[in-house]
Amino acid sequence: MRDGIYDPQEPANRRVHAFNKRIYSRLSGGDEPGFIESLPNPVKNGVVNFSDTVALPQTVVNQLLQGRLLRASRNTLRFSVNATLGLAGLIDVASPMGLPQDRSNFGETLYVWGLPEGGYMELPVLGPSTERETVGIFVDFFTDPFAHVLPSPQRYVRYGARLGELAIKRSDYGDALDAVMLGSADSYAQARVIWLEKRRHELGDDSIEGAGFIDPESLDTEGF
Amino acid sequence: MAHFTNRRGFLVGALGAVALGTLPGVALAASAAQAERLVQGLVGDVNAVIASGASEAAMIAEFERIFARYGDMPYIAAYVMGADGRRASGPQKKAFTAAFQGYAARKYGKQFRKFIGGQIRVEGTQKVKNAYQVATTADLRGQAPFEVTFFVGEKSGRFYNMYVEGVNMLLTERTEIGAMLDRRRGDIDAMIADLRRAG
Repeated sequence: MRDGIYDPQEPANRRVHAFNKRIYSRLSGGDEPGFIESLPNPVKNGVVNFSDTVALPQTVVNQLLQGRLLRASRNTLRFSVNATLGLAGLIDVASPMGLPQDRSNFGETLYVWGLPEGGYMELPVLGPSTERETVGIFVDFFTDPFAHVLPSPQRYVRYGARLGELAIKRSDYGDALDAVMLGSADSYAQARVIWLEKRRHELGDDSIEGAGFIDPESLDTEGF
Repeated sequence: MAHFTNRRGFLVGALGAVALGTLPGVALAASAAQAERLVQGLVGDVNAVIASGASEAAMIAEFERIFARYGDMPYIAAYVMGADGRRASGPQKKAFTAAFQGYAARKYGKQFRKFIGGQIRVEGTQKVKNAYQVATTADLRGQAPFEVTFFVGEKSGRFYNMYVEGVNMLLTERTEIGAMLDRRRGDIDAMIADLRRAG
């Protein structure tokens, strides 16, 4: 496992990566400002906040499963505040009250339960993942508490909001992402190392090589 | 297996650093306060360049000078070149260090545009083995704050790595340089020529 990367399905993952790159470049639409960029900020914020609010019940369930009772109760409060005072989740009034965004998913629950990360994966459209995270995405999809209380068409609102949120974030941060991805000699390898390091950091997983200490005196720097 | 030794090594190192810190009269090449001052100086210089309103090309030239002044360039260059550095000739090593310095200034300097109106706060310093970790928070306009951790070598007294939200710059750049070498079938001179244009 070099540099903390385990990628036994690399050839298949690279094919998915090539497919994703084509989709992303089509979505970004070149130099013209796209539809999403032209939306006013309050609309964009509304979509992002709404998506966060409807995802909160699932976060609470996962944090309970992780034994993180304080964070689960804070998020219960955050949901109550934003769903009512925040006009059904369109405005994030809870963050300034000291209840900032704190998301979780079943991938994190599996990490807390001690399941190993598994191999690296790149999923179509969704992008970088690991075997553990992919299991988490499936479980989250079929166990959303929101889907159990809502009738059929409304329960899909959450996925619409999530797609909207992803598209908005992609348009806001796309420049930096494109600079790294398109400028790279191997965008697959860059996306893989950056995503794995960021996700391990979010989870607090410092057990894998690469997150470890780099000794500033261990190298022969003669001649450089 | 590796991760057990890593975690234990980390703990032993942290405990050792605490013990060392409590011993009177132990002379260190750089102290925690010096490491923090170095990062504060680095952050201050970067902020001043951004506030100057100069052209992008002029800013990038300034960033390269700042990088060279605060960074442990021989170490950074040797690390990102990885095992391939061992078969490089003397002139290749020198050329690579210079090319990498310019590439990093261009690549990261272009991202600094987003820092206009923002600021980086130094949160605190922690000693781990023979390095200081200076934790900072970047507050940019219209974005959630994010963590940037700078690493300063105890012996060199210079900055040799940084983590942005857990993403390790040395590791990311070693991956990139490795990919650039692969693209040139291992030809170091061709890779250096590409690096002078990249970023």
